[in-house]
Amino acid sequence: MTAQQGVPSPLPVDEAPPRPKREIVIEAFIRVAGVSTIIIIILIFAFLLKEGLPAFFKVSITGLLARRWYPIEDMFGLLPLLVGSLLVTVGAVVIAVPLGLTTAVFLGELAPPWLREILKPVIEVLAGIPSIVLGFLGWVVLAPAIQNMGAPTGLTAFTGSLILAYMALPTIISITEDALYAVPKEYRDGSLALGATHWQTIYKVVLPAARSGIVIAIMLGIGRAIGETMAVMLVTGNAANIPSLSDGLYFQPVRTLTATIAAEMGEVASGSLHYNVLFAIGIVLFVITFLINSLATWIIGGNGGRRRGGQI
Amino acid sequence: MNRQQTQTVAKVVITAVAAIVVIPIIYVVFYTVARGIQAISWDFLTQFPTNGMTEGGIFPAIVGTILLTFGTAIAAIPLGISAAIYLAEYATENRLTRAIRLAIVNLAGIPSIVYGLFGLGVFVLFLNMGTSIIAGALTLGLMTLPIVISTSEEAINTVPQEFRVVSYSVGATRWQTVRYQILPQATPGIITGVILGLGRAAGETAPILFTAAAFYVPQLPQSMFDQTMALPYHLYVISTQVPGMPLDIQFATALVLLTFVLSMIVVATIFRTIMRRRREW
Amino acid sequence: MTDSIINIQNISFTYGDGTEALKNVSLKIPRNEVFVLFGPSRAGKTTLMRLLNRLSDLQEGATHAGDVEFAGQNIFNKNIDVIALRRRIGMVFAVPIPLPGTIYENLTFGLKMAGIKDANTLNERVETSLRQSALWDEVKDRLDDSAFALSGGQKQRLCLARSLALEPDVILLDNPTSGLDPISTSIVEQSLTELKKQYTIIMVPHSVQQASRVADRAAFLLDGEVIEVGGQAQIFLHPKEKKTEDYVTGRFG
Repeated sequence: MTAQQGVPSPLPVDEAPPRPKREIVIEAFIRVAGVSTIIIIILIFAFLLKEGLPAFFKVSITGLLARRWYPIEDMFGLLPLLVGSLLVTVGAVVIAVPLGLTTAVFLGELAPPWLREILKPVIEVLAGIPSIVLGFLGWVVLAPAIQNMGAPTGLTAFTGSLILAYMALPTIISITEDALYAVPKEYRDGSLALGATHWQTIYKVVLPAARSGIVIAIMLGIGRAIGETMAVMLVTGNAANIPSLSDGLYFQPVRTLTATIAAEMGEVASGSLHYNVLFAIGIVLFVITFLINSLATWIIGGNGGRRRGGQI
Repeated sequence: MNRQQTQTVAKVVITAVAAIVVIPIIYVVFYTVARGIQAISWDFLTQFPTNGMTEGGIFPAIVGTILLTFGTAIAAIPLGISAAIYLAEYATENRLTRAIRLAIVNLAGIPSIVYGLFGLGVFVLFLNMGTSIIAGALTLGLMTLPIVISTSEEAINTVPQEFRVVSYSVGATRWQTVRYQILPQATPGIITGVILGLGRAAGETAPILFTAAAFYVPQLPQSMFDQTMALPYHLYVISTQVPGMPLDIQFATALVLLTFVLSMIVVATIFRTIMRRRREW
Repeated sequence: MTDSIINIQNISFTYGDGTEALKNVSLKIPRNEVFVLFGPSRAGKTTLMRLLNRLSDLQEGATHAGDVEFAGQNIFNKNIDVIALRRRIGMVFAVPIPLPGTIYENLTFGLKMAGIKDANTLNERVETSLRQSALWDEVKDRLDDSAFALSGGQKQRLCLARSLALEPDVILLDNPTSGLDPISTSIVEQSLTELKKQYTIIMVPHSVQQASRVADRAAFLLDGEVIEVGGQAQIFLHPKEKKTEDYVTGRFG
């Protein structure tokens, strides 16, 4: 297709030639890979249903909502586990949200650049510490310390909440900081120009503007906390009881949904009722986290799409 | 209190809270290092455990974690990077793409123990792989997939749109543009993301609990269908299931695991910084 | 009038966000001339350029109506080989954009993608295109240096050479001197005189002055419509339309 130099002649534009086979195969694989994510998540859910759904029929909904979890006698009341997960998660959120938001404000608004350069990797490191290591430290260091403060045991819902809070912190801090960072500079400048102090600007202008980002940070933090397994398993005492209000709600051992699966799945026969019920717990966890994450995505709206470089 | 005083108090409080968050992290790392380093020796890293695991080393657990991490890489990388290429370069904004993005967000949000359940049901039982390295690696691979996809897509999107336009303008096809212009520029970012994802997988316990991990195996795994010891599971076992376990060995195991995982994160971060400095756009 | 190489018929173009960038534009581009598209910003010049080699395909959600005839084919015909079209209609952008890699790799990328592997052919095309864009003497000893190491003016000539290496029929120059100093600008402008012997050039100029210096023919665009088309003397000295005259004489608001 060399143009005749000097005398350009109207060469006809070619009919589309067959593309190289290699390219067709590769592009087909790429498309399949994209769609595979949907297939995988459907497969996961379908499989949980297949193994877990029988539990809802055999035990019945009322049986599953009973107050007693005692598998040896086929008592599969999930209530203590739900309460355990709820307590630990709520506790973690109550601790992590104020700490996380404040730390994000510190990093984004107050910290001098050199300190931010140090702290951001430190927080990334926290995100990277395996949960089993945090659980282990909670087990050998934190739990004894809490017991020394006068609790009957150090393995409590509170211990779990504290460990979980630190696990959820990196998520909350980094997403909140992004949200703060995204607040237009004009808002800040405008507020400062009107005579507001730096703190008033943060409190009245920057935080409200970053509200939806902060909500997402909190939701994803919750999602992270509900699903966490190993750390809570080591530090919450694993007693499938509903803690009583009178004895200090947060200072009694509890057991979470996740820890129940982890602790018991190793010992059940596949296909048994107990096995089905543990998968049913998996369904519950899947649905909860799916709702939280979908809601967060929905709040973000169309912004989750492609962000590309500018036009030429 | 006037406005200036409020401001001062607020700033002090915020700084104090940030310290509450950061200091325990630093403390945890240093404490683990200080306690763990005492029991770490060459023998600890290269010997099998002896005497009911209360003596000796953690060699098979280290090897197991390395094998599982490699397996995870093989399972997650090709599919993950391809899906990222699809999203960044091929997908248009339509219902299917939104569904894919929703699926990825939710895959990332599924609790690791649920991945463990799925791995047990599908790989171990249904596909009859048994408790094995391959079942564990596939489970960890699925869990790592959304991380690989998100970080790779981000790396691909960082490549300036201009390069695409120029590439098309000189008659490159879409795949040629991806293969010869986009991927070479995105590779450092993709590698960083993959290492970060693998670092996370290496430290996970719940997904391998019923799919790969063994309490104790007297020899190294002979094939990918053998079960294996692994660092995170080993730490769980010796800290909760073995009576009379010396605390030093527990801390040393925690330190080895922490070092393994954090060094991957550090390597990834340093690599990213170097490559960013080096690039010309 | 010489016969035209590109025949634009009733082209309209709307971006995904609903912006109407071109409204019923018709133009005939004669062969071996410099055809200038000028007008204020947002007149649709760049949009029209990008339509001609179908880089507009990259705009998600954009729609167009009308035909562009090139070399006897409608370029919007769905059986057309878009890749071949882009090899025949090269483009140089306002901002010089070298691809990551060496000078040599920049010049040979398009050729290699077209399946040309022979080293002699590649070397020959590299030298020819660099000479045509008046860059050969400056870079002949450093073809393996990074393209990013060149100066702004050199980068833009490299981008021109990169298009020329494919031996296209038409070159689209979208404000190629926008970031260049006066000396580099004059080098590029002078090379046009040589280039049009061999290629058809469609150019968006940097200014009305540049337009009148380089144009053989020109079209004045305003808000996506063609106001006036004509030879250099008509457009810049005796415009028929009031709007053209206002713009050319600098009275335009």
